[in-house]
Formats: sequence, structure tokens, C-alpha cells
Amino acid sequence: MSVAIAGAAECDLGQTGKSVLELQSQAVTRALADAGLPLSEVDGLATNGIARFSATQLADYLGLQPAWSDSSFAGGAVFEMYVARAAQAIEAGQCRTVVISFASNQRSARSRTLTGVVEEGTPEASFEAPYRPLYPLSYYAMTAQRYLHTYGLTRADLAAVAVAARAKAQLNPAAWTYGKGPLTVAEVLSAPMISTPLGALDCCLVTDGGGAIVLTSAERARDLPRMPVTVLGYGEALTHTGMATAPDLLRTGAEAAAARAFARAALTPADIDVVQLYDSFTISVPLGMEALGFAKPGEGLHATVPHNTSGGGLAYCHPGQLGVLLLVEAVRQLRQVPGARTALVHGTGGIFSSHATVILGVDR
Amino acid sequence: MTEQEWWAATRDRRLLLQFCLTCRRFQHYPRVVCTGCGGAELEIRDAAGTGVIDSFTTVVRAETPYTIARVRLAEGPILLTQLVDLPDPRCDLPVRLAWRAQPDGRHLPVFRSADDGL
Repeated sequence: MSVAIAGAAECDLGQTGKSVLELQSQAVTRALADAGLPLSEVDGLATNGIARFSATQLADYLGLQPAWSDSSFAGGAVFEMYVARAAQAIEAGQCRTVVISFASNQRSARSRTLTGVVEEGTPEASFEAPYRPLYPLSYYAMTAQRYLHTYGLTRADLAAVAVAARAKAQLNPAAWTYGKGPLTVAEVLSAPMISTPLGALDCCLVTDGGGAIVLTSAERARDLPRMPVTVLGYGEALTHTGMATAPDLLRTGAEAAAARAFARAALTPADIDVVQLYDSFTISVPLGMEALGFAKPGEGLHATVPHNTSGGGLAYCHPGQLGVLLLVEAVRQLRQVPGARTALVHGTGGIFSSHATVILGVDR
Repeated sequence: MTEQEWWAATRDRRLLLQFCLTCRRFQHYPRVVCTGCGGAELEIRDAAGTGVIDSFTTVVRAETPYTIARVRLAEGPILLTQLVDLPDPRCDLPVRLAWRAQPDGRHLPVFRSADDGL
């Protein structure tokens, strides 16, 4: 394909005390600086989470009048969807320089609630809300329960995911848990139980944070300072909003999304050097590894492909939607790891509701 | 069947499902089309009230813990529900329908063990 990521950056992470638009501006300007491009070059903008008219709002704040925009909302997977839309828009000639960005100040603003939001007028409001599920937690908890039951595993097996995430975050100074030292399985198991079988340390962090990437034509990216990271393929799948819709909790839309991305890239899981997978909860990692084709069913805890190198949502940063930071980390890995040539990024949103996979590559 | 009709039937402790006359498949929640074939000839039928626990989670971080579950009905559809009087729930355990009265006269379908001697 003919579109590449030319720049990538995080905004401030953790507990920043800054507004969403301040953090967004940091992300956008840092990613543009990384790409060696001025703000005035941006003619495409994709973002959400700011206001009803998110891309328009950010454009106003930055003094831009983009020729292309996208403010689709599909939870944390949407940033991988934006990559697909942006690549198509650049290839079609609708715009030349797209910035995909996101930022949240949810920790500073204390805006996250355990029960989540019930949207009035939806079938879920009528048929599911009376049972008081925690959204999204109860769904992931039921998925974890089914997973442990089906494969004869225990909470301790799942805890290994949180332990591994913490270990990776100790190598990442930007991570929320950096410097906190290793986590043990016993600590994960003794953390307060939230919704069985998931305890507090099975759940992702609640932090401020965000990031941005800059896309342009691969041809133009070759003349910019950073090694271009080419978009090799993408695929997506929407499956459900209700907690009772999915016929099988252990088969998510990640299967179809990844299959579509692999087909478009003409690659297989064996060709992928590093994976960035949305780890909203510990269960998300083994289940995701299986669906993406990096492990057989029931063996996702033993996947060997390097993954979630930043520490992920469990140990690095989780600003409500992790999708854009998965892309930022994939770009960094491809730039800095000498042998790495391909990366797979998989975002999920809601309760495994939306899925999007992006495959990236570099020519070394 | 509308959402209101479905809830109205719970006043008589009836759990209603839609049955598609075209592809002969049950569905829940009620819709104006069949999600199996897109057909619109949907008959209202009473559920037998039996099923198995697909999965469950006990919400511990609540004033009084409660257990949410996905119950796979004998007819096929899955219901999000709560389990009651079932201290040790397990996946694949058979359950049967019970009713929890609501202040407005409606009833909330919940499930209890199918093997509780009652």
C-alpha cells in the first residue's frame, strides 16, 4: 500500500491536571515535530472524545480547516479504523497529511464511573440494565469465567498477564507503574475482587493520556526525517452492543478483523514480529492472541510473539481509549528494534463490540 | 411484539420470545425483523423457562453482592439475567426461570438452580 506513518508521539500521561484540548494539542504538535511537518500542512484530522463535533472542535482549537475528517465513535478500536479511512482518503487524493489523535484527562477529571453509562432508548437499557451489570467490566468478567471453565484454568493463570504487563512497564519510563517494581501472582490474586473472577489488578488503569500519529503518502514519507512505517493492511468487524448477543463469549470479532487485515497485507501471523493488543483486562490478552492467530484456542497465555511492549493498558497508560497509543508503540518498536519489520495492532471497543486490526511494516 | 408488550407479559409471569415463521428460529430481545433471515413474520411464543448458565459474574463491589449471568435458554436465545438462591454457580449448570417482583407490578425474569427440589 502507498500510505505511511511519518510521525508518532504521546501527550503527557498519568495525572496531568491538563484539559483535553491541551493534551490533544501536545499530542498533535509532538507527532508533527516527529514527522518534521508544520501544523499548517495538516489537511485531514481524525479524533473523538472531545465534544459532539470532535474533529471540528479540535480543528477550531488548532486553527485548521481540514479537507477530510473522521469522528466516528466505536470505542477504543476506532483509531485503527481511522488508519484505514485515512489511508483510503490519502490514496484517493482527498487529503495529503492526516493526523489521528486522542487524549483524555479522565484521571484528573475523575470522570470514570464503575457502572458506566446506560444509553436511554436502547434495547440494553430495557432488557439488560435492570440486572445492573457493570459496563464494561461484567462482560469481560463473564468472558474470563467462561474461558477459565472451558480450558480448566484458574485466576492464577490469568494473573500472569498482569505480572507480565508490569514487568514490561518497568522498562518504560512513561508508564504509570514504572518504578513500582515487579508484581507477583499472589498480589494480583489478593487485590480487591471487583466482579468475579476479575480483581482490581485484572483491570486496566484509569489515567490521563493520549497520542497522535501522522500519515501521508509513502512516497512523501521517504523524504521526511523518520523511517516511514507503511500501512500494509487493515480489517475490522462489529459484532454486538448487548451482553447477551454473542453466541460464544470466546469467539470475538478479532478473528474476522485480523483475517481481513492479513488477507489485505498478504501476510500470516508467522510473518509478524511484534503485536500491540488492547489489554483492557487480563482476559483480553489470551483471548486476543488466539483470535488473531498467534495461539491455538486455550493456549493464548503461552503466545510467544513479543507483545504489549509498553506495558499496555494494564501497566502503562489507559486513557479510556487505548487505540492510538497502540499505534504509537508499534511505530516505536519498528523504529528501534533492529530485527523488527512488521507489527500488528489490534484495537477493541466496548464489550468486545468493535474490532479493528492494522498491519504495519518497515523496509530495512 | 414491542418492548412494552414484552414487559407487560411479565405481569403474568410470562417470558416471551419471538419465533420466526420463515427460518423457524427463536430470538430475544424482540425486534421487528428476524436476525437470522431478515423475515418479518414473527410469532410470539412462551419460553419453557429452562436453560443453562453460559457464564456468570458476581459483582462483589456492591453493597449487597449479586450475580449477573448469561443464560442460554432451551429455545436457543441467550438472556442477560441474575441468578438467585444459587450460592455456587458454575458454567453449564442447568437453571430454571424464577420471577422477581418489581414495585410497578412487572416481574423481572431471573434464574435459579434447576435442581433445587422445588
